[in-house]
Amino acid sequence: MVFFLQNLVNALQWGSFYALIALGYSMVYSILMLFNFAHGDIFMVGAYIGFGVASCILALASLGANTLPNWLILVLTILISMFLNSFLGMLVERIGYRPLRDAPRASAAITGLMIGIILETGILALFGARRISFPPLIQTVTYNMGGVFVTNKKIVIVLVSVMFMLALHQFVRRTKYGMAMRAMAFDYVVVPLMGVPLNTIAAMTFGIGSALAAVAGILFGVAYPVLDPYMGIIYGWKAFVAAILGGRGSIMGATLAGFLLGFIEIFVAMIFPSTLRDLIAYSIILLILVFRPHGFFGEPYSARLRL
Amino acid sequence: MKKGLVTITLFLLVGLLLSPCTWGRVKTIKIGINAPLTGDIPKVGEGTKYAAEMWLEDVKAAGGIEVGGKRYPVELVIEDNESKAESAVKVQTKMITEDEVLVIVGPQSSKQAVPAGGVADNYKTPMISPWSTNPDTTKDRPFVFRGCFLDPFQGPVVANFITKEFGFKKAAVLYDVASDYPKGLAEFFKKAWEDIHGPGSVVAFESFTTKDADFSSQLTNIIKSGAEVLFTPQYYNEVALIVQQAHELGFNKPIVGSDSWGSAETVNLCGKDCYGLFFSTHYAAAGATGATKEFIDRYRGKYGYVPDDVAALTWDSLHIVQKAIESCGKLTGRIGKDRKAVRDAMAKIKDFHGITGKMTFTEEGDPIKCAVIVRISEKGEFEFYKSVCP
Repeated sequence: MVFFLQNLVNALQWGSFYALIALGYSMVYSILMLFNFAHGDIFMVGAYIGFGVASCILALASLGANTLPNWLILVLTILISMFLNSFLGMLVERIGYRPLRDAPRASAAITGLMIGIILETGILALFGARRISFPPLIQTVTYNMGGVFVTNKKIVIVLVSVMFMLALHQFVRRTKYGMAMRAMAFDYVVVPLMGVPLNTIAAMTFGIGSALAAVAGILFGVAYPVLDPYMGIIYGWKAFVAAILGGRGSIMGATLAGFLLGFIEIFVAMIFPSTLRDLIAYSIILLILVFRPHGFFGEPYSARLRL
Repeated sequence: MKKGLVTITLFLLVGLLLSPCTWGRVKTIKIGINAPLTGDIPKVGEGTKYAAEMWLEDVKAAGGIEVGGKRYPVELVIEDNESKAESAVKVQTKMITEDEVLVIVGPQSSKQAVPAGGVADNYKTPMISPWSTNPDTTKDRPFVFRGCFLDPFQGPVVANFITKEFGFKKAAVLYDVASDYPKGLAEFFKKAWEDIHGPGSVVAFESFTTKDADFSSQLTNIIKSGAEVLFTPQYYNEVALIVQQAHELGFNKPIVGSDSWGSAETVNLCGKDCYGLFFSTHYAAAGATGATKEFIDRYRGKYGYVPDDVAALTWDSLHIVQKAIESCGKLTGRIGKDRKAVRDAMAKIKDFHGITGKMTFTEEGDPIKCAVIVRISEKGEFEFYKSVCP
């Protein structure tokens, strides 16, 4: 039982990264019908921006006599990095995707791959190939709850991710822009004719998706404090899997699928030999897709989408 | 007019062919370096490059390498293999066929050295991998050598050390199943441990794949298995993550590593979590004497940090290469023949005194030398703890 609970805690943390990355991926996917293959690398850049911002704040704080509390540094880091990374996302949309909006879908997907390589090699050129260790913003405290070990880091990570997911949900459901996004997801050819500004909404979608990627990047840096320029690739793929699994256009679906992916990966390693972890985990996901080809909350193409 | 042009061209061509200086004359000795400058283990590439550049400085100061009473200038061809097996093969082929290097030093880690060694042997070009400990690198490959001990030796060294030092009976292993080095060493350790403590004494044998960052489920399995010690033969970026996560999950027993922990970056990334842990390796920088100390001081003065085992082994390998070239009599300029001569000279090297120990090559091209157990001190330095000889 303790063993199971411990894995549950592990899976919650791991799943929240997948969910956060998958959300950004899924938003772009549902609104513009575009596979944003650069999303994993935007996540990676988010982690690097978080590293830069956190280092700056720490340096400034140590200059002044009054040292800021760590939680405030974390909050500031997240907010500033979200802001900066959303600019990166909008830039990617403006330069990479907008000129190709009427081009074949394949061209846009390939552009995404190229943007990914540009971001990777850009960071490589800027920081060099060496690994970067993320500054320890949270001093690890381990709580032993009857044999289940939980750290304060894990609690913060899960709480912050869930908070952002709920905030996004409210934004999409309750605001005018959210409604515009949902409408665009329904039909991005006809809806602009009704006076909804396509370019603004597209840029906003990229901005929000990238801001979420920055949050995921920073939380990743807090939990796994070793950053490298190529770390985004694999998470980009997995976010892609989660977005498909959740069903196109569903925020709930992407969140759920992200968590599910994390849970499957952790629990497969618990039951089977860990050598076979990915083999079994992704076979299970493949099996789910065979029976639900449109994902959990997705609908057949003709029925269009909901967000 | 046209006829005149043809005649002139012909004359020039004949002249070129007849001129003796285009035939069989060595202008420079080219040495290839196949290093992971980018990718998963860039610090290893950096150490390789710096050590090679320091060696080249010495050679240049001496006016080149002397073979048969003549001094030849030396040139290094340093190529990046991106820490990937396929790039290492590509780079190896390029250096052999296009750059016409005489000898190749590298690749460093077994993942690249095993396939690249095949290329070198096929093209009959001598190669020495300073750091690859997997037996397959040199097995049945007369042209391939190495500068370090092997995993079938290192595995038992670690198993014996843990048994004697702590008296433990149950061990766990966590390794990357997608990389030759950790996979090979994990298996040799398991075998050695079970030879001592009986079958089933490795209570958890967990794996992951390259690029994984979360090891919580594997570590939870290891904790549940009741293991008294964790052996993890991983590279520095994974070491930092594994050790920290193990501590966060409440694993407070010793974690022991292998020579891949020896990088200058390990403690930078891992921090206090790694203090007090042990690993087996090729040399210990703290407390070194003689030529080893000279090398360390010079390297630190030049590049600002204590050289890791990769740098020291690269330094030794380049000196082995130099000795082999010097003792092969003469260079004919026909690259195939010269490569063979260097290979034969290398195989004959006996009692070579390197900064990582004394070595003599076996039939397979593997040196017989001692291993060192290093403890990471409370200051984060690599301290000499024990020496283990075959």
